[in-house]
Amino acid sequence: MTVPTGRDDVMSIRTADDVVRVRQEVRSRALEIGLGLVDQTKIVTAASELARNTLDYGGGGEVRIEIVQNGGRRGVRLTFEDNGPGIADIELAMKDGYSSGKGLGLGLSGARRLSNEFSIESTPGVGTRIVIARWT
Amino acid sequence: MTNEKDLSRIVTDNLGEVTREWVVKLKADGTLQTGRIKESELETECRRFLELAASEMFKPGDSAQLGPIHDMLGSLSRSRALQGFTPSETSNFVLAVKLPLFELIGRQLGPAEQAQTMMALTAFIDRLALFTIETFQRSREEVIIRQQREIAELSTPVVRLWGGILALPLIGTLDSERTQVVMENLLQSIVEYSAEIAIIDITGVPTVDTLVAQHLLKTVAAARLMGADCLISGIRPQIAQTMVHLGVELNVVSKASLADALALAFQRVGLRVISTAPEPRAGLA
Repeated sequence: MTVPTGRDDVMSIRTADDVVRVRQEVRSRALEIGLGLVDQTKIVTAASELARNTLDYGGGGEVRIEIVQNGGRRGVRLTFEDNGPGIADIELAMKDGYSSGKGLGLGLSGARRLSNEFSIESTPGVGTRIVIARWT
Repeated sequence: MTNEKDLSRIVTDNLGEVTREWVVKLKADGTLQTGRIKESELETECRRFLELAASEMFKPGDSAQLGPIHDMLGSLSRSRALQGFTPSETSNFVLAVKLPLFELIGRQLGPAEQAQTMMALTAFIDRLALFTIETFQRSREEVIIRQQREIAELSTPVVRLWGGILALPLIGTLDSERTQVVMENLLQSIVEYSAEIAIIDITGVPTVDTLVAQHLLKTVAAARLMGADCLISGIRPQIAQTMVHLGVELNVVSKASLADALALAFQRVGLRVISTAPEPRAGLA
């Protein structure tokens, strides 16, 4: 069973500087639980993609950063939430190369490939919630 | 306002004693613990403050009239801010004087005068403490603004490695507006030096995500339109793996190190590096 351990932080994502701060915080958490260099880079990059999505498409929101434990393994779990327009067709949004904006269209699908766990819920007009995790 | 002169005089008469008690109080609060200021410095500051306060104490009117003491506290908070003290440590310097002064008033004045004098004194000290915090905050902000300017100036220069070969060593976060400036510099330099090859080195970029990749791709495409080929160097193993998972394809020749990229660039422009050392094997292709 996955249980949260210790402190968890909620950081707001309102500006491009916040995206940088989220990356730094995720990196330090990943270091803290002893993720290897490659895994660190993966989760930080995934966090960067999702934080920017929250900012650019969700109109800003927040991320909860948690350290979780499952048996002997530790992990970083990130929950991105916004109250933006939501995603009407999640399947389409998850497709490589599809972007409703001007990006490369690889952020969401890439973040899924970079994480061990990935879940997305979105209600048009209400908001989007994405949870990812990376384990040691 | 008969108290004014009284308190001024009492403080002046007991300057040494109050200073001592004040320093003791500050030490008890841990002011000296960090070792950022010495006890003798602290004592001088306390004495100077009391001298000024004694001559200005209870002067009616707003803070603008408290010239010398404001100047003194202003420079004190600025130096505290630079030395890395916290705001509470800084304001505590002023607030800690209350106790020894209250005790002095208790000893020297009659009960009728005490209450009134203490109230006026509290108001005076509190105002100074607030002023200290304000100055402290302002100095911190100045530090931040200065650092921001310094960072902006760090904008990476385009380096000419050889005739027709340019290098752009990128450092730091690449998803800001700064990127735009850096990339424009590169395109400008390509024209200026009629460069054939531009090496973009990303060794100093901690995170390469899709936005960074997009910036890189746009620059490479623009350079290509201007007749220059781009090489990307400094792709660390973890970045390479991450980019593969992201699904980003940089349709550019890339090399692990700047040295490799330079060797390739030499090859492309038809140059050879020949060693002049006796051992002919040490040469670069």
